[in-house]
Amino acid sequence: MLEAILLTVATAATPLLLAAIGELVVERSGVLNLGVEGMMLIGAVTGFGVALSTGSPWLGALAAIIAGSAFSLLFGFLTLTLVTNQVATGLALTLLGIGLSGQIGEAFVGMPGVRMGAISIPGLSSLPYVGKLFFGQDPLFYVSIALTAATAWFLFRTRAGLTLRAVGDSHGSAHALGIKVIGIRYLAVMFGGGCAGLAGAYLSLAYTPQWVENMTAGRGWIALALVVFASWRPWRVLAGAYLFGAITILQLHIQAISLNELGFLPAPLFWIAELVKSVPSQFLSSLPYLATVVVLVLISRNRRLTMMNTPASLGRPFVPDR
Amino acid sequence: MTKVFGSLVANDRVDLSIAKGEIHALLGENGAGKSTFVKMLFGSLEPNAGTIRWKGEAQAITSPSMARQLGIGMVFQHFSLFEALTAAENIALALDRSTPIAQIAESARKLSRDYGLPLDPHSLVGDLSVGERQRIEIIRCLLQKPELIILDEPTSVLTPQEADKLFETLERLRDEGKSILYISHRLEEVKRLCDRATVLRHGKVVDHCNPRDETAASLARMMVGEEVQAVSRPDHAGGDGEALLDIRGLSRPAATPFSVPLRNIDLSVRAGQVIGIAGVAGNGQGEFFEAVSGEVRQPEAGAVRIRGTDAGQLSISARRKLGAGFVPEERLGHGAAPGLPLSQNLLLSRHATDSRTYLGPLGTVRYGALTAGARRIVQEMDVRKSGEDPEAAALSGGNLQKFIIGRELDRRPAVMVVNQPTWGVDAGAAARIRQSLIELARSGSAVLVISQDLDELFEMSDAIAVMHNGTLSSPVPIAEATYESVGLLMGGAEPGHKATAHAEGL
Repeated sequence: MLEAILLTVATAATPLLLAAIGELVVERSGVLNLGVEGMMLIGAVTGFGVALSTGSPWLGALAAIIAGSAFSLLFGFLTLTLVTNQVATGLALTLLGIGLSGQIGEAFVGMPGVRMGAISIPGLSSLPYVGKLFFGQDPLFYVSIALTAATAWFLFRTRAGLTLRAVGDSHGSAHALGIKVIGIRYLAVMFGGGCAGLAGAYLSLAYTPQWVENMTAGRGWIALALVVFASWRPWRVLAGAYLFGAITILQLHIQAISLNELGFLPAPLFWIAELVKSVPSQFLSSLPYLATVVVLVLISRNRRLTMMNTPASLGRPFVPDR
Repeated sequence: MTKVFGSLVANDRVDLSIAKGEIHALLGENGAGKSTFVKMLFGSLEPNAGTIRWKGEAQAITSPSMARQLGIGMVFQHFSLFEALTAAENIALALDRSTPIAQIAESARKLSRDYGLPLDPHSLVGDLSVGERQRIEIIRCLLQKPELIILDEPTSVLTPQEADKLFETLERLRDEGKSILYISHRLEEVKRLCDRATVLRHGKVVDHCNPRDETAASLARMMVGEEVQAVSRPDHAGGDGEALLDIRGLSRPAATPFSVPLRNIDLSVRAGQVIGIAGVAGNGQGEFFEAVSGEVRQPEAGAVRIRGTDAGQLSISARRKLGAGFVPEERLGHGAAPGLPLSQNLLLSRHATDSRTYLGPLGTVRYGALTAGARRIVQEMDVRKSGEDPEAAALSGGNLQKFIIGRELDRRPAVMVVNQPTWGVDAGAAARIRQSLIELARSGSAVLVISQDLDELFEMSDAIAVMHNGTLSSPVPIAEATYESVGLLMGGAEPGHKATAHAEGL
């Protein structure tokens, strides 16, 4: 039972992690893209459609990355080249993504999808307790962990990552040094779009292989919040995503279980269970949001560290003077 | 070289040549076109016309990285360091891609030792003082092995002692055969340091000269184009007036990791007196001004007393009603709303104190009275503007500052607190502003001036106090103060002032 719960936690956390890591890179470059939800939906519907017509979930995931990237390019063109307001443009991107994906996906509603199967390594995957958890999940789970590690390494250990952080800290200084601010931001925005697209495809290919209109159900917004509360640090984003996933799954189990099944518990534990069950379900549903915010606020209470990691140019328009 | 911004000709056929092993001064008032010129030289602005010859060959310098490749290095006045990164990372960003960061830290450490510019490559820039930040800029520039080094107003942020140290470094670089283009509007240091000078006024070259053959007054005349009236400070009887502004035990914790906490500040400003507060930028002057003006209120009501009333917990408007006037450092966005016409900007600081004059019943605005008031201030302070009632942002920095100061003076405030009264203001307007503040004090008000410009403070003040790392020294009467003694205080040399205080923040 515990193993099954942990597995579902990973599937709940992976799409959040994928989208949040992408947005983290975007925001580290100084751009605020509020269109994550829209880009995820575009990725989800494209991934679903391509997988359906080709039969290959891999091609579907690839197409979702390309579609998310291309969609974010629209945002990049508007905010970076035409210097529109980033907040308004991001919101518009989300609204456009909801509408567009609904339109494209109309034909897919109710159709059975193509599932991206879990991997299986002979011997390892059948190990008791840890086998399925570490060696038997869907491939995108491993991609998301690798992406987190790669992003952390890129940002803090490579020169290109240093340049990206510099652009996010002060675009004026970066420009004065001859760094191509706009070009770097375009690349970051497209990376973020690709990640959001993949996160969407995870939902429509691995989480529940089907297309439902607006199936991201606010996960894009959670991803955005995670980035901020994790003070723009990749491993904290991972911690936040898993915390959120864990509490989501846990409260679902609490809501589903009936007290009769818990009769075997010793009295004090049973009373606690009784107390928990008496909490209104609406409150339980809001628990993941509440707990994630509380925990991430607590770990980022070191204001100095937070200021250090906050991209100082975030959301500010940049027009080079030539 | 020619550069046009819209209808403004920022540089009009500017000619200049620099020899090997020469320190060449580029002199001019704020807005004369000095920064525009060097930005073109460094490839960050594109000239509309003109050619650059580098070692005899015509070059189109299209980017800063190309300028660096040619051997041109630049030490910026501001806006080129990244606060959230370490010194070594800041240096690495400007260097060749192939050098590993660890190696950069080592060579930066070595170079800083060689030139006597101590620097810890792993410290965060946000924690460093302005002088230390400039060292990073200089070392970053030197690591690129430039043959021409451009310095944009390098001493505007340094104590006199730090500036001396910089001059030694520059003289040593010249002796090594490097060329230096030195941009400044401080005449004494140009006379001391530079071999030749080019003077700019309104984007045009006025003259080339040898600054050592000129006097400060003749150089000033070239820069401004007319005689600059000297400020006169009539004698003041001294400390017998009533203390109109009284600050007792003012402390304030740091609001952000990069701001300075204020520690137990005591100061009295008496009727008839001008007190100057000197200090290197970023030692708590901004935080101090906020606490005195009421932008940030104090928990202790008695920390700030205005005309005998405890004002620590009062708002800006309430403090104004007690007879105080405040002029903040930032003109646009803080001192004035950029998009509003002058008349409405007048209302913004006077609505509480002069509500009978400028507001009708139910708080309606009396535009006629406002326009008349604005016109009176414009005449009084000789504000030059285009149009009857232009937007604040349409005025030049100096003229807007004259208006903002005039707006407060128009009320004859009993207590006047001004932060950087003439920053970025041309010499003529600066003299006028200083004179009017002295006259206000002599008519019986208490005037407190915070400034980074020591010349200005010596010209205006009856006594100078120095702010260093959030503490304030006791005021030194002007007769006893020297540049050297004030400079030492600015560097933190007084019991109770810790020279190593920056380490505490880590």
